[in-house]
Amino acid sequence: MTTRTPSANLRTLGLAAAAGATLLLSGCASTNPKDPFEKFNRSMFTFNDTVDRVALKPTATVYKKVTPSFVQTGVGNFFGNLSDLWSSVNQFLQGKGKNGLNDFTRFAVNSTFGVLGVFDLAGPAGMPKHNEDLGQTLGYWGVPSGPYLMLPILGPSTVRDTAALPGDWWADPWTHLNDIPWRNSGILLRAVDQRASVLDASNLLEDAALDRYEFIRDGYLQRRTSKVLDTDKAQERAEKVQGRIDQVQEKVEQKLHVTTPKVDDGTEPAAGAVQNAPQGQDSAPNNPPTPAPVSSEPARK
Amino acid sequence: MKPIAQLIVTAAAAAFSTSAIVAPAFAAAEAPDQLVKRVSSDVIDTVKSDKDIQGGNRNKIMDLVNSKILPYVDAQKMTQQAAGRYWRQASAEQQKQLSDEFRTLLVYTYSGALAQIKNETVEFKPFRADPADNDVEVQSQVNMSRGEPITLNYRLSKTPQGWKIYDINVLGAWLVQTYSSTFASEISKGGIDGLIKKLHDRNQQLASKPLQSPQK
Repeated sequence: MTTRTPSANLRTLGLAAAAGATLLLSGCASTNPKDPFEKFNRSMFTFNDTVDRVALKPTATVYKKVTPSFVQTGVGNFFGNLSDLWSSVNQFLQGKGKNGLNDFTRFAVNSTFGVLGVFDLAGPAGMPKHNEDLGQTLGYWGVPSGPYLMLPILGPSTVRDTAALPGDWWADPWTHLNDIPWRNSGILLRAVDQRASVLDASNLLEDAALDRYEFIRDGYLQRRTSKVLDTDKAQERAEKVQGRIDQVQEKVEQKLHVTTPKVDDGTEPAAGAVQNAPQGQDSAPNNPPTPAPVSSEPARK
Repeated sequence: MKPIAQLIVTAAAAAFSTSAIVAPAFAAAEAPDQLVKRVSSDVIDTVKSDKDIQGGNRNKIMDLVNSKILPYVDAQKMTQQAAGRYWRQASAEQQKQLSDEFRTLLVYTYSGALAQIKNETVEFKPFRADPADNDVEVQSQVNMSRGEPITLNYRLSKTPQGWKIYDINVLGAWLVQTYSSTFASEISKGGIDGLIKKLHDRNQQLASKPLQSPQK
């Protein structure tokens, strides 16, 4: 084969990209507005399902049965530790300093005292694991997720998260390992371990879902939005804001030497109580509007 | 279909309908988060202490679900929300059938999930709601022996028979929302009767399948 000029290479690349785009868009004939790439996604899903059924699931089943549980935990911890570093970077990128320090300390403690991450000492010590990635960081800063995209082998994703994937790969220390056999075995082991950890859940899914493709798609999109918005922390944030509002209100009352009569509904409202009972509206007309509690209804992006 | 399974499903339906009426009068006074905590710990304690259930005894698990969980679940509202705008298009007969089939599917699903409980614990987040609210959310998480805790939230609404659960959130995904697009696409393919039939077939298939006990 003759060597190709750079422009020829570029042309080939361009053609390949165009072909890929056509393949994606060819599914757009009768589009589901929620899932414009449905045809492509469904065929990828079938492919992934086959690979799973034929190779990954049986391997994971054997792995789960045969491997002692402390070894499985160790494997999970080791690879989880590698992801903590990138998670901490993403926390900082999202302005979440406390979580960033938390994740970084996890990585530091587990890598040293936890013997290269095999033992998770940080978790029981009060440092929970977070799983921030570049896709979530982009989402946090307002990049919309884009349509649902099922990736070969890698599974469900969205357009934004797929674009962020190279960043996540680059940040994964394991992919920088020079020894190819070790690197590939590690990647395989991580995949098998992760599959084994969701084995029971996936069996349950087969029973519960009428159409597995749709069930997985809708569940995944909701879960992804929930991760970007950190809805599990939403109530804490709402309470923090309410706490600050209460503090400001107290200060204002002190300065003005005015006390606002508290609404008495029989129970002493807790400091962080959800605000449907606004306090003393008539005598303090300049009360800042109470924020609505952050809804855990995921915004359809 | 095996006659025993048919019997069980009929018994389940009967148990539900009677218990819904008999549902304890004092339930009306119980706060929603107390209700969820009580039911949740009751069920989990029962599962952990019963060797039969841990071994995968299907009958026992389904009995447990029917007696301890179902009375506090508003299956009709769940089905109505999942069906969305198609609910109004359904006749009363279809609505009833759809609710029954969906409820049965949920019973099988809950049973499958319960059969897998080993040493997980449930932790409830502080409950914040106005006493006058008729619609609340109770938040909890399931602490796994391995991996991150799983968020598990419930939406409850106040009915004349007390607070009832009408939606569940696992890992950020609401059950009703996830089922509603499946419902919509099935209805657009085969109508409401098509959906009822599909649910019915699935329930029959599950009835004859042995329950999977946890693999480790």
